[in-house]
Amino acid sequence: MSYIKKPAARHPSLQKNALGLTVRDYEGAMSTLCAGCGHDSITAAITRAFFELDIAPHMVAKLSGIGCSSKTPTYFLSGAHGFNSAHGRMPAILTGASAANRELLYIGVSGDGDSLSIGLGQMSHAIRRNVDALYVIENNGVYGLTKGQFSASADPGSKSKYGEANTQQAIDPVMLALSLGATFVARSFSGDKSQLVPILKAGLRHRGFALVDVISPCVTFNDHEGSTKSYKYTRKKQEPVVEMDFVEADFVPPASEITAEYGDGDEIAVPMHDGSIVRFTKVPEGYDPSDRDAVVGYLREHQAAGAIPTGLLFLDPAGSEMHAANKTIATPLAQLPYESLCPGAAALEALQKSYR
Amino acid sequence: MLRPKVDRGGSEAPEFISGADSANAPASSHVNDFALKLANVNGTGSASANSLLMQAIFRMGIPVSGKNLFPSNIQGLPTWYEIRVNKDGHTARTARFDLMVAMNAETYAQDIDEVRPGGWVLYDSSWPLATSLMRSDVTFLGVPYAKLCIEHFSEARERTLMKNIVYVGTLAALLDIDMEVVQGMLTEKFAAKPKLMTSNAKAIRLGYDYAKAHFECPLPIRLETMNETADKVLITGNTATALGAVYAGATVAAWYPITPSTSVLDAFTEFCEEYRVDAETGERRYCILQAEDELAAIGMVIGAGWNGARAFTATSGPGISLMGELVGLAYYAEIPAVIVDVQRVGPSTGMPTRTQQGDILLCAYASHGDTKHILLFPANPAECFQFTVRAFDLAERFQTPVFLLSDLDIGMNDWVVPRLSWDDGYRPDRGRVLSKEEIEALPKFYRYSPEDEHGVAARTLPGVTPKGAFFTRGSGHNKLGGYTELPDEYQEVMDRLARKHFAARNAVPAAVIETQPNANFGVVTVGSCDLAVREALAELARNGLHGDYLRIRGFPFGPEVDSFLRSHERMFVVEQNRDAQLRALLTLETGVHKHQLYSVLSYGGMPLQADQVVSSIVHQIRGTGRATPVGQVSSQ
Repeated sequence: MSYIKKPAARHPSLQKNALGLTVRDYEGAMSTLCAGCGHDSITAAITRAFFELDIAPHMVAKLSGIGCSSKTPTYFLSGAHGFNSAHGRMPAILTGASAANRELLYIGVSGDGDSLSIGLGQMSHAIRRNVDALYVIENNGVYGLTKGQFSASADPGSKSKYGEANTQQAIDPVMLALSLGATFVARSFSGDKSQLVPILKAGLRHRGFALVDVISPCVTFNDHEGSTKSYKYTRKKQEPVVEMDFVEADFVPPASEITAEYGDGDEIAVPMHDGSIVRFTKVPEGYDPSDRDAVVGYLREHQAAGAIPTGLLFLDPAGSEMHAANKTIATPLAQLPYESLCPGAAALEALQKSYR
Repeated sequence: MLRPKVDRGGSEAPEFISGADSANAPASSHVNDFALKLANVNGTGSASANSLLMQAIFRMGIPVSGKNLFPSNIQGLPTWYEIRVNKDGHTARTARFDLMVAMNAETYAQDIDEVRPGGWVLYDSSWPLATSLMRSDVTFLGVPYAKLCIEHFSEARERTLMKNIVYVGTLAALLDIDMEVVQGMLTEKFAAKPKLMTSNAKAIRLGYDYAKAHFECPLPIRLETMNETADKVLITGNTATALGAVYAGATVAAWYPITPSTSVLDAFTEFCEEYRVDAETGERRYCILQAEDELAAIGMVIGAGWNGARAFTATSGPGISLMGELVGLAYYAEIPAVIVDVQRVGPSTGMPTRTQQGDILLCAYASHGDTKHILLFPANPAECFQFTVRAFDLAERFQTPVFLLSDLDIGMNDWVVPRLSWDDGYRPDRGRVLSKEEIEALPKFYRYSPEDEHGVAARTLPGVTPKGAFFTRGSGHNKLGGYTELPDEYQEVMDRLARKHFAARNAVPAAVIETQPNANFGVVTVGSCDLAVREALAELARNGLHGDYLRIRGFPFGPEVDSFLRSHERMFVVEQNRDAQLRALLTLETGVHKHQLYSVLSYGGMPLQADQVVSSIVHQIRGTGRATPVGQVSSQ
């Protein structure tokens, strides 16, 4: 409950990161979601990822739309500016925020209603623009706040709490993102923190739009028999095909061309712009996370067989993010001195010679 | 096919108004006082020829206006350009044409019909004109344009394009346009393209010589050099708006293409490329986002404003409708945003290439729930420039969306306005934004408290210090920024927002007021009605009807508006929409009584004409028209 304050006491033995902060410093207000909600596990994973990456909370902007998922930015990083915007409109607001200040780290938290119905257009275009942000879809296949309607990610045949079967096709954010040219596409499960935290960390280090679709069961409206987004179903069907580690950079080299290094056997190591390494391990034979078409083929085949492949499924760290494409100056636009923006009276005078 | 209604304008004018345009008027009265219309086919290159013509008159120092009446189409449909020359500066649209340049056979009937008795029709005599089109009360001047071009030019495209330049040459002879001025313009324009220079000069000469050889030149309607434009420029409102955004220091622009606002972003892009790109590195000090729709465009502006950049969007009515949702978010969460609305004819798609002032109420109260916005109403490109800068200052000072309500007439036509000036001492008013030191010095930061005398609370920007962090939300919040569903806490914030809006009445541009000692009524207007209303007031005064003038330039209405309304028993509110939206806003937001306000309305999509205003006011004063306070609807 929001009126319950978290105790301020800190255990003295809590581990500190390079900034001298404990994981508690990355938390936010108490969650008001239902007990057992998958979203709270994702919040915990997000908290962990920021803590482990030694990110100063105030250098983060956390944005969301509307819905249960979109409430969660209140529950992490109380030292960061948050923006709980309007239903389906967060991608545009995040894009504008990023345009104004490219120095901050952006995390957008959304849900399947927010991203795949009302906000499908905005999410798609944020992907096209390759806005530099970590974008998390907390996907439960159902509208929670309005009490149990199917969302656009509900699988055909999936049953509602009231026994009704969904008759429409599902929109799969992973396949959609791949087709839109996304440069970072992952799927995970709220119940699999060991997989989710490294994915979120890699997403935060990725320069460009990092889409992470997290299956996050709704304990109140979509955790029953016949649901394909329940804990039970997801645990049974999850197939962590692309296991990966995230190895942080110990130095930050200048941005340079990125090429995947193929290790011996089943390992692929991909360096990120800041020098961090994404190391894919136990890569199935024939699976290449840098080959968009092959990934699409693999997913189609396995999803048809009823599996839910998870992991960092596709990565193109060399894709040009929005500011690179725009050739925006390194200094955040919001911080440019006015003098560098106004051409001045003499220029106006000169210009108007052509208006005669 | 798009065919504007034939409107004989002054035909409705009451009898006592002396027709300065009567066929019997002495020739001298037409020097620097006439109107011509050019009927063309769009996509044939007529636009640049017509601008050249208008520009030449401007360079001769004569007050002039040009109105481009174009279809929502790229090639093949009729398009018109109207030029009005008036030595006294009355350059609002007129529909009484002295001369028609009829270059589109498809619209001959309509075009010839629009010429005033005693006027002239210039047409392409390569083919005979049907006798059914002939009128005995106008003079037909035939020039075989197509034949001349076939004889003198070899390429097909050139033959089409040069026809336009040849008629400019003819007009130069007929109207006594200074050929040196024309030559000078061609030299400037084609300095880098000598081949084009040669063909253009040849074309001008062809038309000029033909006219001299075949007609008595000049016509009684003619030009004489004046000195009224030396300190003026020729500029569209959209260009001026874009310049305003550059000079205000806007760095983020997000938009979705829509007529008639697209050229705001075209111009902003050009200016940024000119002034905001690092010469060495090619790095840009701006970010222009062509959004997927207007929902996203306003979202981007809000995101950038929240993050401390000056950001704006430019759109038209349909875009404002889509933006409504997030305008409410920016209002309630108190985020600066500048929205340029270049109004066109609604509702729905309406007439995208015609002008109107139909978004006044929409913008004043855009979005669901209790919302009220700051509106600025420029009347011409000079004010577009000044008010755009002001819009950014107001948006940041009051932490709220600000609308600049221009229209298609101002935005897309070239206007003669005083040269834009800039004070290098200007610094943006960024409003109340706390620095790191200021935040650190506070016991605790709360977003919406304490407030200053304008009802504004200080904000913080992301990335400064964790102590300044807060949660921005469009959901119910209290004065500390926390979520609330408590009635008192919610109302407290809403009341402050109302106080804040009210406080802006002293910060918006003050209304223009011109009073006369013997006035017995007032005329209230807004935006691009300005020139037509001034001309109408002058005409009425010549006939003994004296009116005071009030031109509103901002909303919330300033105290000067209240006092004007209080001090006039009867007022005519002139505006370009069906529902008397300005009048409605005045009755809602001031103490004026409905029955004091009489409407003069024009909403057919053409720029307002003085004779429409004169006719309506005279009818209403004499009780010969529908003199109900609800409104005299113009016939357009």
